[in-house]
Amino acid sequence: MIDVSEAREPLPVSLDGLDGQDLVEWLATMQLIRDFEEALDPLCLSGRIPGGVHVAVGQEAVAVGAMRALEPGDVVTSSHRPHHHGLARGVEPNAMMAELFGRADGTGGGRCGTMHIAAMDRHYYGGNGIVGAGLGLALGAALAAQVRGSGQVALGFFGDGAVNIGRVWEAINMAAAWKLPLIAFCENNLYAVETPTASVTGGDSIVRRAEGFGLPAVQVDGQDAGAVHRVVREARERALAGEGPTFVEALTYRYQGHNTGQVTSYRTDAEVEEWKQLRDPLVRLRVALTASGLLDDDAYDALCARSRETVAAATAFADASPWPDLATADAGVTEIDPKLRGNP
Amino acid sequence: MSTRITLSQAFQQGVREEMERDDAIFVLGTDMVERGGHFAQLRGIGSEFPGRVRDAPISEAAMVAAGVGAALNGLRPIVDLNFIDFALGAMDEIVNQAAKARFMWGRGVPMVIRGTAGIAFYAAQHNNSLEAGFAHTPGLLVVMPSTPADTKGLIKSALRCDDPVVFLMHKSLTGLRGEVPEGEHVVPLGEAAIRRAGDDVTVVAYGALVARAERVAERLATEGVAVEVIDLRTLFPLDLATIEASVRRTGRLVVASEAPRHGGIGGEIAAAIQESSFFYLDAPIQRVGALHTPISHSPPLIAAAIPSEEQLERAIRATLTPQEAVA
Ligand SMILES: Cc1ncc(C[n+]2csc(CCOP(=O)(O)OP(=O)(O)O)c2C)c(N)n1
Ligand SMILES: [Mg+2]
Repeated sequence: MIDVSEAREPLPVSLDGLDGQDLVEWLATMQLIRDFEEALDPLCLSGRIPGGVHVAVGQEAVAVGAMRALEPGDVVTSSHRPHHHGLARGVEPNAMMAELFGRADGTGGGRCGTMHIAAMDRHYYGGNGIVGAGLGLALGAALAAQVRGSGQVALGFFGDGAVNIGRVWEAINMAAAWKLPLIAFCENNLYAVETPTASVTGGDSIVRRAEGFGLPAVQVDGQDAGAVHRVVREARERALAGEGPTFVEALTYRYQGHNTGQVTSYRTDAEVEEWKQLRDPLVRLRVALTASGLLDDDAYDALCARSRETVAAATAFADASPWPDLATADAGVTEIDPKLRGNP
Repeated sequence: MSTRITLSQAFQQGVREEMERDDAIFVLGTDMVERGGHFAQLRGIGSEFPGRVRDAPISEAAMVAAGVGAALNGLRPIVDLNFIDFALGAMDEIVNQAAKARFMWGRGVPMVIRGTAGIAFYAAQHNNSLEAGFAHTPGLLVVMPSTPADTKGLIKSALRCDDPVVFLMHKSLTGLRGEVPEGEHVVPLGEAAIRRAGDDVTVVAYGALVARAERVAERLATEGVAVEVIDLRTLFPLDLATIEASVRRTGRLVVASEAPRHGGIGGEIAAAIQESSFFYLDAPIQRVGALHTPISHSPPLIAAAIPSEEQLERAIRATLTPQEAVA
């Protein structure tokens, strides 16, 4: 982790070799993620979104940096905190919001909700309600990519809490043993619900644990989109060269509670403020883009205005979307080919 | 003396009293010490019993395995999984370890596996109805109370039981209030409760469907139909004697559950009752249950998948006029 004891202003980001126009798009996407997610709590509390959601405000650079290092054919799986991944992967804000509202025009026609928003046509196998489970799906996708020689890699996101569940390490071991094109991506935001992960985790380093499984493991500043992008790009190249999986640990932070409206009394205000003041991924990227003349204030304001409009339009779209057809409640659970089925 | 408290508070009261009585009771689960679990189901217990409530990493298989081993070695653990869905990652530990030790080695596993169950928000992966699967597993007891008083009484029994008990608390009943007797209030395992007496039709339900059945019974009473509502409370072992005695009086039976109808507890009860009481039946037994589908996020889709009061009412009426088929 970067020592911030002397820092008084946002830390620099590492954008060497990255295209300026791309970076403006990254910031726009990060801004959209933030605005989209910041709109959700009130929508949940007023009941327009049934239930609560896990938002990733503060973790935007992880999603955008990683996703922009992948190609459209690559496979991505997410976790219970999935909106930033989905939006960065290109899930339509309208369809995502309608899904959250439980409406017919949602990504899953209302049946999936927050944790299972997916875009199968974009090889985005969605969020997951089960800690660590998404990585297993990415493992299998990586296996298929290897067997089929498809030239894809698969990236599976999981949190720091998931490093204590066996299924994560079973997947990593298998990927290492078989040299699968997998990127095991740990978003370490320090907490699992209200438990500081360090207090329930043996050893003091997740990447060192990963190294024991026989694969390269890199820790990266998850609030620096450029740095995240670089490590994922390198991991992707290794995977495609047949050198097997890479473990990435991105140090990041969620600003809000674990789930809608939840308290954060298990951590100090000073800690939260430090992350916001010195490491905020949007501020850092914006400062860098402004300094390098890629984004002036007018262009930034316009970008923010577009983001707000997109969120407002998504909310209006979701509001106007009809409720799902009740006749579909049990549709599509299994689809047995009639040719395979006796005595229907 | 009794107080009016929520189902969660009744659970806490039962656990607290048992922990005071028995030093061997030990709690493990994620977010337990400060928060008392994701439903605040054990709020306060962590600070009241320092060292006897432990925050676990998110390692359900290891949590249950630890519970089994600890139970074999002198503790009486409560392994709290928060959502019972997370038991799926610990299935070997539950089915092959906890449930087998007494049969293989003659040593019971005094452990409570607590999970919040039933149908509510958070969609497909957080709304599995696993109770029939647990009940189908020899070696496990399965409990699902529907009232605060029973929750207290049953957790006390579960914590005194020398075999593993899967203790299910319905999501939508967490905040349900009711009178709960103070002090020693123990509800026996394997004993159903008659919630409402009636001579015309027997309705057997559990969990959140009990209250729904009671409301339907109330409505039908205005038409002169007397519905007896039985709350199973324990899903294994089943209290078939209470159901049998009731059906032999009413001649009509509806079994209701929020779980998928196919392969459920209701089918088991229907089969057992027709074996023992076929000649007392005046109408085919009706099963009410959920559609054969995972649970959706969208509220109307959830409602369409699980039994409504109207569906229950139709099933009850169908036993009164057997020629009328129930959809
Ligand atoms: C197998 C399993 N156990 C428990 C849970 C409940 N749960 C949901 S999120 C969460 C914490 C996960 O923490 P982390 O992996 O650090 O991700 P973060 O929430 O910080 O993004 C827990 C315990 C679950 N969904 N799945
Ligand atoms: Mg975390």
